[in-house]
Amino acid sequence: MSSVAQQALVPPINLGVVRWIGFQTIVIREYSRIIRIWGQTIVPSAVTAILYFVIFGSLIGRRIGAMGGFEYLQYIAPGLIMMAVITNSYSNVVSSFFGAKFGKHVEEMLVSPLPSWVIVAGYAAGGVVRGLLVGFSVTVVSLVFTHLHVHHVVVIVAAVLLTSITFALGGFLNAVFAKNFDQVSWIPTFVLTPLTYLGGVFYSVTLLPGWAQTLSYANPILHMVNAFRFGFLGVSDVNLGVAFALMIAAALVLFTTAVVLMERGTGIRE
Amino acid sequence: MNALSVRGLTKTYKNGVQALKGVDLEVERGDFFALLGPNGAGKTTLIGIVTSLVNKSGGEASVFGYDIDRDLEAAKACIGVVPQEINFNMFETPHTIVVNQAGFYGIARSVARQRAEKYLKQLQLWDKRDKMSRGLSGGMKRRLMIARALMHEPRLLILDEPTAGVDIEIRRSMWEFVREINARGTTIILTTHYLEEAETLCRNIAIIDDGRIVERDRMSSLLRRLHTETFVLNLRNSLSAAPKLDGYISMLVDDHTLEVEVSKDQNLNDIFSRLTTLGIEVLSMRNKVNRLEEIFMRLVEGRGAAGETRAPARPELRGAEVAVAPAVRRHGGQTT
Repeated sequence: MSSVAQQALVPPINLGVVRWIGFQTIVIREYSRIIRIWGQTIVPSAVTAILYFVIFGSLIGRRIGAMGGFEYLQYIAPGLIMMAVITNSYSNVVSSFFGAKFGKHVEEMLVSPLPSWVIVAGYAAGGVVRGLLVGFSVTVVSLVFTHLHVHHVVVIVAAVLLTSITFALGGFLNAVFAKNFDQVSWIPTFVLTPLTYLGGVFYSVTLLPGWAQTLSYANPILHMVNAFRFGFLGVSDVNLGVAFALMIAAALVLFTTAVVLMERGTGIRE
Repeated sequence: MNALSVRGLTKTYKNGVQALKGVDLEVERGDFFALLGPNGAGKTTLIGIVTSLVNKSGGEASVFGYDIDRDLEAAKACIGVVPQEINFNMFETPHTIVVNQAGFYGIARSVARQRAEKYLKQLQLWDKRDKMSRGLSGGMKRRLMIARALMHEPRLLILDEPTAGVDIEIRRSMWEFVREINARGTTIILTTHYLEEAETLCRNIAIIDDGRIVERDRMSSLLRRLHTETFVLNLRNSLSAAPKLDGYISMLVDDHTLEVEVSKDQNLNDIFSRLTTLGIEVLSMRNKVNRLEEIFMRLVEGRGAAGETRAPARPELRGAEVAVAPAVRRHGGQTT
């Protein structure tokens, strides 16, 4: 015991209860934020999905024909849902946590007894909530244009959850390092969007030349989209085991990194 | 059992600034404690370390016996903090802000809602509970931060400039409120630029300057150390020169205002008696400056005069309460 630490007379707090209620509070706060600004959080992805379905379904899709043995719209629907999940999980956390840093209200949590891992988990869960809400809205839009067969529900749920967690944590890291609003949008614009469009959302990588296929397999989003697509259609360009191992590893590495950075106070403490 | 114990606390920022140079401080349980110092002295850094907003470079600190290195969560659960800068989400309502804050301390939402009503009513914010916080006035924002800090009913409440920019009426009602909180057993540490506030509220005091505690005493003991006070007398009739008051330093500020410096071994009766003899009628009288301010200036400026390189204290003090002119106060009088 250090020289200043005397025997505490104050009864110890129940840290388990504090952590659980604290986690719930962060998630509720994030959910309230998503709902409060629904015009910015929910609607845009649904509108974009409608445009994709109209263009690729009614206008171009008929000329493309079948892909992977399925009608083109049916083939791209899981990819479009996953694209919305990825971008929204990421952008929810990056904007919310950076906003908290910028407005200094992150201090509300930093002075509280919540450990770093609960704060990271709470924000990640908030990102997952938005990813799922938007994913559901895009799914509803999809059903207007095509029918979705469910091949394996567990694969669908596992793939969407792991992908959402991974990108929510990615958004958290982006927010930790960001020093201004420009840096909040760099990664989504210059990394996330290209990787998503080249991640097999609109096509099967088997259509690509050999070198491009090899390069595509290095894109983690290709594995996520294909795992999710397998859950609906039962077809995939990637090995399912590899895809899930990659998603689990990515989520664990990102979570650990985020917690370590929070503990160090990177970007939030002097 | 101390509410706060700090030993050899040091902090050096990345830019090389040494904000704390080995601070030792103890604040007793139940105390109303003033931590004073000019800007840049290290007050906010010290508070930041205790509340884990700033990483320390060295030393130890504990809150109610919980070491911040080993029992940080338990230590933080004991603390409520009202920071110097507004730091709540301007796009949330006061009710949401305080209920969420309780949640971060593990308070169930049903209990949090009851406490929100209690504290928002006590701080006269209940009718604003569902308005966007960015629309609140400056004083309301300050009160909201106090309500937020009280939601988990902390044993140690740290108020870092809680009344900055608040008008005098609200400031005094806030004083009454924090006095009640202290009377109910909550230890309070107050930093303020309004020295009148510290003198009125606090029982013990530490003065920090240039990263070190330069004074730590009971408020009453510290004030007793003040050897002289300057009184400002408003006169009925105009004078053309300061009257001859042997043994006193006096100065005619204008034709109706006389300043007289009175030491501890002198008394006001003697002055009035002499003025009466000279046919000078005094209409009213007031202390020229707050007594604590006098001591503060001497301590802080004394260190500066001793050759240490530091920013002057004066520009950082603000408000009518600290509008003083030490040079005139000490030496500008006419000895008669």
